[in-house]
Amino acid sequence: MILELKNIQAFYGNLQVLKGVTIKINEGEIIALIGANGAGKTTTLMSVCGVVPPRFGEIYFMDKPIHNMSPDKIVALGISQVPEGRRIFPLLSVMENLDMGAFLRKDKAGIKQDLEYVFELFPVLAERRHQSGGTLSGGEQQMLAISRAIMARPKLLLLDEPSLGLAPLIVKQIFEIIRKFNTESGTTIFLVEQNANLALKTADRGYVMETGSITIQDTTKNLLKNEEVKKAYLGL
Amino acid sequence: MDWLYFLELFLSGLTKGSIYALIALGYTMVYGIIQLINFAHGEVYMIGAFTGLIVASILTLLGLNTLSILLLASMAAIIYSAAYGFTIEKIAYKPLRQAPRLSPLISAIGMSIFLQNYVMIAQTSDFMPFPSLIPDFEFMEPYAHIIGSPELVIILTTMVVMIFLTVLIKFTRIGKAMRATAQDKGMAMLVGVNIDRVISMTFIIGTALAAVGGILTACHVGQINFYIGFLAGLKAFTAAVLGGIGSIPGAVLGGLVLGLTESFGTGYISSDYEDVFAFTLLILILIFRPAGILGRSTTQKV
Ligand SMILES: Nc1ncnc2c1ncn2[C@@H]1O[C@H](COP(=O)(O)OP(=O)(O)OP(=O)(O)O)[C@@H](O)[C@H]1O
Ligand SMILES: [Mg+2]
Repeated sequence: MILELKNIQAFYGNLQVLKGVTIKINEGEIIALIGANGAGKTTTLMSVCGVVPPRFGEIYFMDKPIHNMSPDKIVALGISQVPEGRRIFPLLSVMENLDMGAFLRKDKAGIKQDLEYVFELFPVLAERRHQSGGTLSGGEQQMLAISRAIMARPKLLLLDEPSLGLAPLIVKQIFEIIRKFNTESGTTIFLVEQNANLALKTADRGYVMETGSITIQDTTKNLLKNEEVKKAYLGL
Repeated sequence: MDWLYFLELFLSGLTKGSIYALIALGYTMVYGIIQLINFAHGEVYMIGAFTGLIVASILTLLGLNTLSILLLASMAAIIYSAAYGFTIEKIAYKPLRQAPRLSPLISAIGMSIFLQNYVMIAQTSDFMPFPSLIPDFEFMEPYAHIIGSPELVIILTTMVVMIFLTVLIKFTRIGKAMRATAQDKGMAMLVGVNIDRVISMTFIIGTALAAVGGILTACHVGQINFYIGFLAGLKAFTAAVLGGIGSIPGAVLGGLVLGLTESFGTGYISSDYEDVFAFTLLILILIFRPAGILGRSTTQKV
């Protein structure tokens, strides 16, 4: 197991958002987490990254407790996030954004190799490398956000709604690349999506979250057939 | 028109403006990173000058030559002031990072008053003479009627510091981390930047620059007391706002514009109203360009 959330509870001030969430992710898997607006999906990812540390419960990354670690220590262990809304550094160039992704790395040769790899995945980024991040289109920004996370050469990649606000064609392209990256590199992916149909077709297993609790978990094959999921999330 | 007089005013404005720019950089860098006006910044400048005075006095007794005294005293002032900057952030601002914005502001004012009074008690409330550590260079003699050696040193030092700072922020790892943190703290954390370290570094660099300004001004003016940080801080803050608070080139430009305005104002209009020119300029710029000359939308923060 690469990541294990054990009954975590997270709060914003006095407001409890996660009410005991347990999730297990195996190495190399793509796991989907789906749920309605405000269910607590983003908060779950932020808990894993140490930005919203859980008040109760435990998080283990490769059998190491990380629930008391600061975000930079967690990144150093090999967890990268593509956050909701992309969060490109708007005034840094595309190149500098990618450099920031590799902020904690010292292996120059490896960094260069990964840079070539992301430019191969997203050739448009190579063309725009000197442009500032804020001037990219939404789709290009999402590609940059994913590339920035890949530049950390993570063992676990967290993706928060990569389809948000993008045209269907771009979404399709991006999801193909996510799958390709998973197969080629073996990187484990934890994917949060509101687009349940897309997420369940991409992932191996899935979790459904409702107001801070996991209500259903299964293989995506079964989830796509599950009546409850169909009604609530697939609009069937 | 008397061109020589004009040149003289221009150079003296440039000298003043350089000092304002050095101090303004500290305000603007800190603001860029944590959106706080560090009101204690002027006091760190003053503490830099006092450190310089104490170290210079000791070294003079030991019989060192002027130039090495200047260098050693500056180094001591930089280290001591930077330590103050680092500590001020840790005790007065860091605990209040999640608090409403007014709280750290009040803490900053409190810190400023505390440091002023501390130096007044530890030293004296009288003006103390500051040795002229910048020697009169021989090669400057023919131009002495236009610009003195101290002015030349101030302008050149500032230029070197600016180039150094630009390179640091544009090309180094910590510089990139500072810019990223200024643009999106949360995201900077998610790529592994240690925010606390970046904030500390910003305070250290900003206060080190203020210390350089403190020593240079003290050499130039020839006397210091516990209160010099107040007006210098206020003027430099004005310069930072003029240029667009949060913008590094803005702080430099604001400092120079302010220095030149004061110099030409006192030279051509009346020497009684030096501060009036500064603040009139501030009001005018804020009316027509509320974000400052290089305000946020057009330039990089930090
Ligand atoms: N910084 C915050 N301060 C206070 N409350 C917050 C904060 N961030 C999120 N919340 C609240 O926590 C709950 C869960 O939010 P979260 O962003 O985790 O949901 P989500 O599942 O990601 O939703 P969405 O699909 O809309 O992105 C929401 O009710 C939200 O209002
Ligand atoms: Mg969300």
